[in-house]
Amino acid sequence: MQFSKEDVRKVAKLANLELTDSEVERMAHDMAEVLTHMEQLSALDTSSVQPMAQVLFEAPATASLREDVVRDRTLLGTEEALRNSALSGAGHFKVPRVIER
Amino acid sequence: MENLGNLTIAQLQQGLRSKKFSAVEIAREALRFAEAENPKTNGYLSFSPELAEVAASIVDAKIARGEEPGLLAGVPIAVKDVLSTKGVRTTCASRLLENYVPAYDATAVDRLKSAGALIIGKANCDEFAMGSSNENSAFGPVRNPVALDRVPGGSSGGSAAVVAQGTAIASLGSDTGGSIRQPASFCGVVGVTPTYGRVSRYGLVAFASSLDHVGPFARNVSDAALVLEAIAGRDELDATSAFAPVDDYQAEMRKPVAGMKIGIPKEYFEGLEAETGDKIHAGLDVLRKLGCEIKEVSLPHTPYAISCYYIICTAEASSNLARYDGVRYTARAEAATLTDMYAKTRGEFFGTECKRRIMLGTYVLSHGYYDAFYLKAQKVRTLIAGDFSNALKDVDALVAPVSPFPAFKLGEKMADPMQMYLSDIYTITGDLAGIPCMSVPCGKTAEGLPVGMQIFSGHFKESTMFRLAYAFEQAGGVA
Repeated sequence: MQFSKEDVRKVAKLANLELTDSEVERMAHDMAEVLTHMEQLSALDTSSVQPMAQVLFEAPATASLREDVVRDRTLLGTEEALRNSALSGAGHFKVPRVIER
Repeated sequence: MENLGNLTIAQLQQGLRSKKFSAVEIAREALRFAEAENPKTNGYLSFSPELAEVAASIVDAKIARGEEPGLLAGVPIAVKDVLSTKGVRTTCASRLLENYVPAYDATAVDRLKSAGALIIGKANCDEFAMGSSNENSAFGPVRNPVALDRVPGGSSGGSAAVVAQGTAIASLGSDTGGSIRQPASFCGVVGVTPTYGRVSRYGLVAFASSLDHVGPFARNVSDAALVLEAIAGRDELDATSAFAPVDDYQAEMRKPVAGMKIGIPKEYFEGLEAETGDKIHAGLDVLRKLGCEIKEVSLPHTPYAISCYYIICTAEASSNLARYDGVRYTARAEAATLTDMYAKTRGEFFGTECKRRIMLGTYVLSHGYYDAFYLKAQKVRTLIAGDFSNALKDVDALVAPVSPFPAFKLGEKMADPMQMYLSDIYTITGDLAGIPCMSVPCGKTAEGLPVGMQIFSGHFKESTMFRLAYAFEQAGGVA
């Protein structure tokens, strides 16, 4: 399977991932190699096979539901929630300007 | 104080109860030893003396009051740096999270604390648990304590190395495609991947959610089973965690194995190094002498497992790693627009293997390729899981090698990602099926490199697996 540098740039854009020119080159080579190996799956007839979307869950479908009440252990205050942010202010995460006015 | 590295959990607790030493003394000695030894292997990324001292003081106070101090009271434990520790840096061995300090504990960590364990540090690993050699750590590779020019395996290489080195009595790792069992086999320790859902993943930094497991490393089967008992069981904070009751592993593993039926999957004995094969066959002879009945079985879809696994895990990884966008998690590269900031942050801070997996995962999920790759892989996963359930109808457990070869040299496989992926062939299948599996030491090669024997059993039948492993170990294993 071929995988061009153009293909790499297209996927990188979908993934919000900036790559250098040398990374693009290496990635084209690596992805071609790995995807070629993965194409072997097409040889298997799976027309009557269900996809395995869930590993196992041997309980009623509603078993994980709970009362809608605040749980102390997962309570996170604003200050704590922002502590690991790259940039914050006035109780919010700060990002580059999105809307021009 | 005697060398902690030689003690079992039972011996350590005996010393604690008879007041030969206190938990605080254990914590200090364990940290002193671990910090002194760490330059040899780079197994720890950080140490947590405050955490260990606080836990130790609680244990000592309980013992002084005559209270039960907990299943893992006074046991120095290392935790893989992908498990969140409240107030203690959790880097995932990535520059992206170099300064990230979680505001909460993972459930597995919380349960270790409740059981009286002394968490002494965070173990090195491959970045975001992606790798088979621990060479993808942004903070330098881990060296195998058995042979310092070799890898400890991955991705939980640090967790395996520190237990092998004796700087922790036990450790926690995570396993998505073999990341507990393969390093356990390379370093000559016991490593357990429990049933999917057996241990809560709340607070485990997600890599591939349908495949991620948390499990223990220890120097013997009993200790590993004890750590699993402490962390296993339903957790309402992880909707995928199982309701099934947790067995009394210490009692179950001591039951006799005579008459147990063991299957050896013939596909797992093709294409492995001769010396590794010889050791596993010697291990099977030990089980035969213990009265186990051994027969060949087939897991016919094994040749498709690598493709199936690397489609599913990269797809899930690309989705899980989307959250690292420069907003909530410490690292950010400056740019004029929001989208440029996302792309630059991710480009600058993710390592090569993470980028490769984000790219592969994005591609197999993208419009026009989803059916051919992702959906196809999910169907093949059904077939691979079916192979195991069919085989386990006739036998109680399966025995196979963990890896086709022992620990390889640092740098040996880094140039070719496909070769690295192929080395996971015998371990990824257990994760795809969600069944419990483990690595137990099974002798050494002529060069002195450990070989690991893998045991698989049915869903939630960890007891069956421990029974075989314990009997094997008690019989002396393979010299």
